[in-house]
Amino acid sequence: MIESSLKDIAAALRDKKVSAVELATESLSRIEAGNARINAFVTVDRDGALATAKAADERLAAGTAGPLTGIPLAHKDVFCTEGVLTTCGSKMLSNFVSPYDAHVVSLLKAAGAVMVGKTNMDEFAMGSSNENSHFGPTRNPWNTDKVPGGSSGGSAAAVAARMVPIATGTDTGGSIRQPASLCGITGIKPTYGRVSRYGMIAYASSLDQGGAFGYSAEDCALLLSAMAGHDPRDSTSLEQGAEDFGRDLAKPLAGLRVGLPKEFFAEGMSDDVRATVDAAIAEYRKLGATTVEVSLPNARLAIPAYYVIAPAEASSNLSRFDGVRYGHRAADYGDLNDMYCKSRAEGFGSEVKRRILVGTYVLSHGYYDAYYIKAQKLRRLIANDFAAAFQQCDLIAGPVSPTVAFGIGEKSDDPVQMYLSDIYTIAVNLAGLPGLSHPAGFGAGGLPVGLQLIGNYFGEARLLNAAHQYQQHTDWHTRVPAGL
Amino acid sequence: MSRTDWEVVIGLEIHTQLNTQSKIFSGASTAFGAEPNAQACAVDIALPGVLPVLNKGAVERAIRFGLAIGATVAPKSIFARKNYFYPDLPKGYQISQYELPVVQGGQITLQVPDGKGGAYEKVVNLTRAHLEEDAGKSLHEDFHGMTGIDLNRAGTPLLEIVSEPDMRSSAEAVAYAKALHALVRWIDICDGNMQEGSFRCDANVSVRPRGQAEFGTRREIKNLNSFRFLQQAIDYEIQWQIDLIEDGGKVQQATVLFDADTGETRAMRSKEDAHDYRYFPDPDLLPLVISSEWIERVKGELPELPEALSARFQGEYGLSAYDATTLTASREVAQFYLDTVAAAGAANAKTCANWVMGELAGRLNKAELDITASPVSAAQLAGLVQRIADNTISNAIAKKVFEALWNKEGESADAIIEAQGLKQVTDTGAIEAIIDEVLAANQKSVEEFRAGKEKAFNALVGQCMKASKGKANPAQVNELLKKKLG
Repeated sequence: MIESSLKDIAAALRDKKVSAVELATESLSRIEAGNARINAFVTVDRDGALATAKAADERLAAGTAGPLTGIPLAHKDVFCTEGVLTTCGSKMLSNFVSPYDAHVVSLLKAAGAVMVGKTNMDEFAMGSSNENSHFGPTRNPWNTDKVPGGSSGGSAAAVAARMVPIATGTDTGGSIRQPASLCGITGIKPTYGRVSRYGMIAYASSLDQGGAFGYSAEDCALLLSAMAGHDPRDSTSLEQGAEDFGRDLAKPLAGLRVGLPKEFFAEGMSDDVRATVDAAIAEYRKLGATTVEVSLPNARLAIPAYYVIAPAEASSNLSRFDGVRYGHRAADYGDLNDMYCKSRAEGFGSEVKRRILVGTYVLSHGYYDAYYIKAQKLRRLIANDFAAAFQQCDLIAGPVSPTVAFGIGEKSDDPVQMYLSDIYTIAVNLAGLPGLSHPAGFGAGGLPVGLQLIGNYFGEARLLNAAHQYQQHTDWHTRVPAGL
Repeated sequence: MSRTDWEVVIGLEIHTQLNTQSKIFSGASTAFGAEPNAQACAVDIALPGVLPVLNKGAVERAIRFGLAIGATVAPKSIFARKNYFYPDLPKGYQISQYELPVVQGGQITLQVPDGKGGAYEKVVNLTRAHLEEDAGKSLHEDFHGMTGIDLNRAGTPLLEIVSEPDMRSSAEAVAYAKALHALVRWIDICDGNMQEGSFRCDANVSVRPRGQAEFGTRREIKNLNSFRFLQQAIDYEIQWQIDLIEDGGKVQQATVLFDADTGETRAMRSKEDAHDYRYFPDPDLLPLVISSEWIERVKGELPELPEALSARFQGEYGLSAYDATTLTASREVAQFYLDTVAAAGAANAKTCANWVMGELAGRLNKAELDITASPVSAAQLAGLVQRIADNTISNAIAKKVFEALWNKEGESADAIIEAQGLKQVTDTGAIEAIIDEVLAANQKSVEEFRAGKEKAFNALVGQCMKASKGKANPAQVNELLKKKLG
């Protein structure tokens, strides 16, 4: 049942063909069977899941169920969950049990969704491969020698391995879209401000945005609709209330104008990814869309701008992890400074330290203007490029990642190579736009390739509509890794 | 060698705690004196994932202040993060305003005591005032070599008010701090409680040879929480700097602390190990946008300000600048005075002022009472003033009546005068009879006076007043006595 669409699962629950407890049990046993191999979960909350499922069954019986009531789901371990370990993939928080729920978590609890556990991730969401987790790398269900992408790699792998039908993620520079692409599932990052960041452990506040993973655009629409909406506890939360992002799913694509940024197709993409992306775009044309070449001349500056802004914010956001009030504190230390140094040296992994150092440097007196201010200017230029492009088109299509999933350990010694794997996704975060990745076929080694769709501000419904129509005419999203 | 004439340059940074119910970025209470950490919520202790939400009440108070000093209230200002590690700073950064503060410019006019009983006017320009959050407290006692952290104060809203280096003496600095202290209470944005840390001063002090255009190197004295300490610390610091320079030394920029026990300042950290705070705009908060409608609304709700009221007291009531400033030192005193004048009549405004600042203030001071708790009401005082004005009682008797009012011996001045028979004697015949008696009984004084001893006359007046139990009109006694001795 877990492999079915949310619509079918919900119908089965409604028709009493399956109970929420049975679904939760199915999800838990799949995790039990597969997690040793995939390492998608940091924490499995069996007791909590079964209790929630039981409550969901009561709601189903009482007729007060919503579309997600009784549906098993996993939260990326960046979301605070009351009474359940929230590690953010870090040794620093390996003992942290949150006393409160993130806004997203409480919304989904209220919707009756059944959280089965917390998924593995790159430490503090810094990474593109899930190799930067204190709890070991997550493996790609399509080939366990490969990475699942990151930083929401645990959530993507859990959905790809059909352990849960849906999962939450966060996307700061591509952390939903890239793992969705590498794991052959659908993932959406909405417009910045759609999903409350309250209780979502901050990496880079001006870029972080919660989003959804599912098998299909239709499932993502359901999950995202339940996650989004104004939250007065997040000052950057948009005023817009909750909306049904699935409202336009059935709309035909005739007349849809798809922009193809010439810079995305110039070079850098591997041949297998290019062929898959081209074929997907051809499919959109078949569905009635027209394509137009657009230009994002400053997109090439997205990576340098991102690697100034994100570390700058991170260096400050991560200052609270000082060993004073919660989290890891070194066992032996001399004075206060020694406690800080040792606790943080022991608690943080190398990529986190690298970004804290970079961020501290770019904010330092005498460097601030040259780096931080300059990067903010680039950010505006990049956003202006998108605004100009959207004069000519309704959405933008292109690759998600230059290659299919790479090998575990392959790029871990070369941070710059690792950073470049986000070249097509990062500009979207800098502009604050919504972006989606859907399965579009397979490349080298039979590994999945995703197509990225980028929408204008508030264009989530349009993105999901396009992806859904594509998925009505293709079956890439129904393919499952062998050996499940 | 002639000694250099040194000019002192002082600028103040004053942290005022805004009197909002809840903290600047969280819903936790700001009430003073709770159990440690009882008033620290998830946001205040900086749990992972929490976010700040700006308290509009704090902004409103900043606007009130900006309007009160004639400053520009910025239509858009920015919250920035000031990054440093300290255990009582839970986030590892303080949310403050850096490049674009909410209040820009403005000025305050003060009366500075000149040390000779008078005062001179001084205008101090303000650089800015910005909103920020307070840190918690580190408690080093009672923890046996460890440090306790109390985060109740973390997130308390502060308005940091920064002056230009316009002050030229510790007296000017104290007068400025007092004027600001009065103003923030007047416009009801801060309770002004210095013991509880609601009003804390940092003083930037430097000296230069008079006539030199550039400033000398300054040292910043931190955390002065009384006007007396402010004065002592600045005076000590000035002398320390002058001595150092005259001995051939050079002042190094530094942050210093004032030790109230020794009366000395000592360096805490020098410029070399100054922090690099790595300020940058806080991405968790949107720019603070203040509409002109909001400013207008706040303007409409502002009370008449002390400067305007002081000018009115001088213009309408003919008070001196010093008296007018004294009577506008707090809204409560000014209100008491206004109520007294309203009841006594504007013609008696000067007498009212003398009584409010003199007898009443002295008595309240002695009893350690606030004017709002005065046993003598404005209406009662006004009744007393009217009886002085219409010659029913002399000033000396008025003091007796005041004492009786204070002790609740009667409902009003009239009732007390009536009950105690204190009405002034103005009947010429009656006064002459008293004088005759006194002259008869004091022949020695009369002779001395006739021999040219002026003092003897005063003694005779005193005797007459005594004989009348103070009720005789003193002017008449004088006049009639002169005639008799003529």
